[in-house]
Amino acid sequence: MNAPAGSLLSADQLRKAYGPTVALDGAAFSIHSGEVVAVMGPSGSGKSTLLHCLAGIVPPDSGSITYDGRELATMSDAERSALRRSDFGFVFQFGQLVPELTCVENVALPLRLNGTSRKQAERAALGWMERLEVDDLKGKRPGEVSGGQGQRVAVARALVTEPRVLFADEPTGALDSLNGERVMVLLTDAARSTNAAVVLVTHEARVAAYSDREIVVRDGRSRDMERAV
Amino acid sequence: MSIGHTLLGLLESGPRHGYDLKRAFDEKFGHDRPLHYGQVYSTMSRLLKHGLVEVDGIEAGGGPERKRYAITDAGITDVEHWLATPEKPEEYLQSTLYTKVVLALHTHRDAADILDTQRAEHLRSMRVLTDRKRKGDLADQLICDHALFHLEADLRWLELTAARLDKLREAVAK
Repeated sequence: MNAPAGSLLSADQLRKAYGPTVALDGAAFSIHSGEVVAVMGPSGSGKSTLLHCLAGIVPPDSGSITYDGRELATMSDAERSALRRSDFGFVFQFGQLVPELTCVENVALPLRLNGTSRKQAERAALGWMERLEVDDLKGKRPGEVSGGQGQRVAVARALVTEPRVLFADEPTGALDSLNGERVMVLLTDAARSTNAAVVLVTHEARVAAYSDREIVVRDGRSRDMERAV
Repeated sequence: MSIGHTLLGLLESGPRHGYDLKRAFDEKFGHDRPLHYGQVYSTMSRLLKHGLVEVDGIEAGGGPERKRYAITDAGITDVEHWLATPEKPEEYLQSTLYTKVVLALHTHRDAADILDTQRAEHLRSMRVLTDRKRKGDLADQLICDHALFHLEADLRWLELTAARLDKLREAVAK
């Protein structure tokens, strides 16, 4: 199958095994700019492996992944790393903020790693922290903020480089309903304002309801419900 | 929802005309289903008959006469009793979806397909509610949350059933 027309990121016939355990068994995926696609499925169904393959973190054993017209498999490791820094953003279940840095330094970090000056990076970081309603935490360290606040700082950090694709793996998994909801509202609003595509891995239907459509992964195979119906 | 009790509760803050009652009801509770005038007047007649409200005054105008209703002590007691009585949890023990899944397995059709299609339909509804919640006020949020949690409960059952389809197939085959 060719990449669906106009898709920014797509995958087809993905297979990936860890030893005897088959994680992906012919999975397919596609997403357009500005679209939020939920990847759903039970624990162990292969949804996180799919995200890792799509993000170029884990190479599939076979199958193709195309990003912006380029085949990921034909890129060198260095090129894939550069792509992840420049075009992709990541939010995980636990914010994974650097504990020694303040919140604003954490958000500015991806820009600093790309060579942006401290002043410029922190100015941009503060702008994103305002949008995520955590700018008042700029001088605090991650250990001094709540789980919900930390996750919003992590979302600001993921968006500070204005990625074209945001990968969110159970971004509200460690939060209560109210905080999870706030994170989802702010995350999807922010992503839509920059026309970023969001790959949202979740097993929670209430979180998936913030997406435009969903694909379901079961036993390593995917089903695109919009195209199936 | 008990329309009678809700109208009685609205009268506790002071006497109102039927039209005012309808407007207050629709504003606070009738987001999807505004009351018909006929429902208001038939309900008020019933409440009047049972002594839960009384006519506080009648205005004669060019059109039909307008009664102003006031809640009675018996009406206040009735509202108190209603509020204090827990609602019976609905258990949905014989859901259509359960029947469809078992029938699909019984007739060797793809039950997983039925569950996937249902999940997609539930999520479609949940997206509409989530969108309405984002754009609405606090009342909208509470109403939509209630519906969302119920749909989510359905989906949790659906996921569990999907995970147990092999066992269920064996059980149905016996």
